[in-house]
Parts: sequence; C-alpha cells; structure tokens
Amino acid sequence: MGTELAIRMRGVVKRYGPITAVGGLDLDVPIGTCVGLLGPNGAGKSTTMRLLTAQSIADEGEIEVLGFRLPDESKQARAQCGVTPQLDNLDTTLTVEQNLLVFAHLYRIPRTERHEAIERALVMAKLVDRRDSRVDKLSGGMRRRLLISRALVHRPRLVLLDEPTVGLDPQVRQELWALIDALRSSGTTILMSTHYIEEAQRLADTVLIMSHGKAVAAGPPSKLVREHAGGQALEVYGPPARLAEVEAEAGAAGMRTRRTGTSISILGVDGDGKVGFEGERRPANLEDVFVLLTGEEIA
Amino acid sequence: MAAVESRPARLGRLERSALTGVLVREVVNYSSYWRSSTFSSTVEPTIYLLAFGFGFGSLVSTIGGYDYVDFVGTGTVATAVLFSSAFPAMFGTFVKYSFQHTYDAILAAPVDTEELVTAEALWIATRAGVYGCAPMLVAMAFGLDPSWGMLVVPFIGFLAGYGWACFGIMTAGFAKSIENFSYIVSAVITPLFLVAGTFFPISGLPQWAQVLAQFNPLYHCVQLVRDAVFGFAGWVDVYHVAVLVAFGLLMWRIAIYAMERKLID
Repeated sequence: MGTELAIRMRGVVKRYGPITAVGGLDLDVPIGTCVGLLGPNGAGKSTTMRLLTAQSIADEGEIEVLGFRLPDESKQARAQCGVTPQLDNLDTTLTVEQNLLVFAHLYRIPRTERHEAIERALVMAKLVDRRDSRVDKLSGGMRRRLLISRALVHRPRLVLLDEPTVGLDPQVRQELWALIDALRSSGTTILMSTHYIEEAQRLADTVLIMSHGKAVAAGPPSKLVREHAGGQALEVYGPPARLAEVEAEAGAAGMRTRRTGTSISILGVDGDGKVGFEGERRPANLEDVFVLLTGEEIA
Repeated sequence: MAAVESRPARLGRLERSALTGVLVREVVNYSSYWRSSTFSSTVEPTIYLLAFGFGFGSLVSTIGGYDYVDFVGTGTVATAVLFSSAFPAMFGTFVKYSFQHTYDAILAAPVDTEELVTAEALWIATRAGVYGCAPMLVAMAFGLDPSWGMLVVPFIGFLAGYGWACFGIMTAGFAKSIENFSYIVSAVITPLFLVAGTFFPISGLPQWAQVLAQFNPLYHCVQLVRDAVFGFAGWVDVYHVAVLVAFGLLMWRIAIYAMERKLID
C-alpha cells in the first residue's frame, strides 16, 4: 500500500498557552506492530493520541497516519483507524447492540456487511448473550470490552488504545490483554498508551518512553532494560533512614540507584561481584528503566 | 490481514454518509427518551395556549380580525418550535460535549465538526417541525378551522427550528459552564419569545419595539405560520421565509465556528 509506517511523527510540537504538552516528538509505528507509549501522567500521551485523530492540531512538525498527511487528510486516516478513548463514552441508555450499530454507521460499513460486523464485534467483546442489555447495566469490564470492540467494528488497519485498562482490576485487565493480543496476532497495527509497565512489557513489540512531551527512549522492552538498567538489580530493604544512607553510599560509589518506596534498588549489579550491601537480587525490569528515565518524582 | 482495502475514495465536506452516521445515533437514542422529550416540547406550549386562550379569550374575543383562540393557537406553534429546538440544542450539546464525551467519539470517526453540527441541527429541526404542530392540533380541537395551508406548517417549523437549533448549539459552544445558559435564556430567549406577536399583535407596541421585532426570527415564524393557516399574503411571506433562511445560515456557520473552537484544540 505504498507505506511501511502506519504512523510517522517528526518534530511534533503541541502547546496549550504556556504549557508545552508535546515538545518535539518523533514516533514511528511500523505496520503490523504494537507500539506502547509509556510515560507518567502528564507526559503527553493523551495529547499524542488526540493529535493522531486531528482532534488536536500540532503547532509544528509532520504527522502521517496510514500514509495520509494530517490534519488535511485526517478524515481518510480516521476512516481506517479505530480509537478507544481513556474515558468511557458509550451511550449508556442504549443496548450493547445499538452502540455497535451506531458505530457501524459512523464508520460507513455498507448495509450488506453491517449485520456481520456487529456479530463479529459481539463475539470479540464476549457480549453475544448481553446484546440487548443496556450499557448502564453492564459491569466495568464488560463496558471496557465493548468500548474496545466498538473501535474494531469496521476492521481498522490501525487501532489507537488510550490507557485501555486504566482503573480495572487484575482479572479484567488480563481479559483485555488477551483481546488486544488476539488483535495483534491478527496483524492489526496498534498504538497503545499506558502507564502500566507490565501492560507495555507484555503487549508491546516496541516501547517509547515519554517524559515531559518528549521521547526519552525507544526500543523493544528487553533491549531497553539491558541498555538502561543492566541485567541484575539488588533490592536493599530497611527503615527510611537506612534507605537514605544506602542511597547516598551507593551513589558515592558510582552505582545507580532508584527508589521503590519500600526499598532502594541498586542497578547494574551484574556478575557475582560483591556490592557491599545486603539485599535480594532480582532481574532488572522495565520499571527500573521507566523510573530512571522519567524521574523519581513527578511534579 | 484484517485490513479493509484502502479505497481511494476522496472524502469531502458535508458528506452524506457522515451526516447519516450522526443522525442514526440520534434516532437510536431518541428511542430511549422520546416520551419525556415529546412531553416537554408539546405540553408546555399547549399550556400557554390554553391559559392565554381561555384567560385572555374571556376578555378579548377577537384580535386583528381572528378569534383569539385561533390567534394564540397559531402563535404558539412558533413557541413550540422554539422550545423544542433551542433548549434541547443548548443542553443536549453541552451534555454530549462535557459529560458524555460523545463528540470525542464521533470526531474520532470519519466525521468533521461541520458535519456533526449540521446533522445535529437537522435532527433537532425535524423534531421541531413535528412538535410545532401540537398547539395547532389542540387549537383545532377548540375550533380552529382546518386549511390546506396547515400542511406547510411542519416545514416552517423545520426551517425556523434549524436556525434555533444552531443558535442553541452555538450557545453551548461558547458557554464556559451550563450556568451561563441563564444569561441567554433571560436576556435573549425570553424577550424574543414575548415580542413575537404570539399572544398579542406587535402593532400595539411602541414604534421602536416594532422595528426590533423585524430582527426577531420568532416574529417571522409566527407571521408565516398565521399566513399559512389563514391564507398566504404574497411577497411579505417571501420576506418572512428569507429572514428565516438568513437566520438559519448565519447561526449554522457561527455554530460550526463555536464548536470547532470547543472540540478541536
């Protein structure tokens, strides 16, 4: 189809008055991959998502979605995208099926294919036997599954998921992960924003870590961990005063540390060399990278 | 590959499929709230009709050559059109924008703000055209004689309702909070509603008020409905239609501007 990238952003800047929400972002999402936008609240993830549907217009930079240049050709791009917003905006007084019917029309599915598309979405959302239930009678997990399948009713080439599992319990979360993973296996391109590390680690082929509107690192999760946090970390536990000492001593010895709240993690303690601290060894993970790169405190 | 073939379809402005999408959403939603909506849009003007018709009607039997009930019965058609278009547009738009985030979902689909506003206004105008007939039907039960011109009344209601719907959407687009609506209701809608020739002819008003009434779309709607019911009066009705068309076009463009400012940042 003449393009290998589903999304291409170059030097994109978006300001709201004195606040720069996105400050020179480069982002590539190759077709057929799942890219995770990982960052703390306020890093600019949601603004990035809005830029991709031209609900925000960039002040500077280039954005291409499925080969269409934004904002001028955004409507063509939107016709082939599915979007799951962070905030549930289902029509709560309508039934499950009616919600899907409305979107089948909004996404211009021809009349002859509409019924089949709705059935497919019901199966995907596992809501076939709840098709006639009003949305305000559904559980939180069911609503979220409906919200995701609503975005897939027209078989989009690209799916934008903004914090797909925020505020849900672990059982519901793993259910949604299965849904997203199935979508990924079917070859659909996905851009997903999240601040759950595990979500990004499990689902994303590539992760882009954002902080203050910029990309601070990008790559496959395992590669990011190796590059930024090394192989092993040592967890040192103790009372707060002891942790502060450990942090200071390790820092003075040139070791990298990060706080976890209940312990200090000393990073890059690879090999079996003595570190001088008593603690538990564990493999380094994406959370270490995240905290290292986005800062220990969030303003 | 789960992708839809990329069609080289060129997507323009005000596309029918985009308008249809938004309209389908409204029609499907309407099935869940038509009772309350129909109640408020028809009962209120009917109460005005009965209160004025019988209250005033006992003092005044004819006005400007019409039976008073006939005069008010046709005048409150415009009231019903106003109430069933401006208010749902103001509150509905604000709620969908601010609380339900419906418009975020619609604008993520291949629908532009222009299409969204147009479709919403078309839908509200259609309802207003139908609801506007309620007082006329009630007046018929009280002796208003049927006429062929009455068949045009829903279309007059649609035309005026389109302008009022866009006015309501515009108001919601500019409003910072839903409380701001009180200013519009008290300072704009209430005066327009009273100085429209609904309950008394504007010829009894001071000269300046009569001049101002020419800028009141509701006045033109009242006159047009009366002429439709009792007999068209030639060019003056063309003038009334022209004012309503101009009102509709102006409000439509401003409503789109206001909503673009609100929805696209």
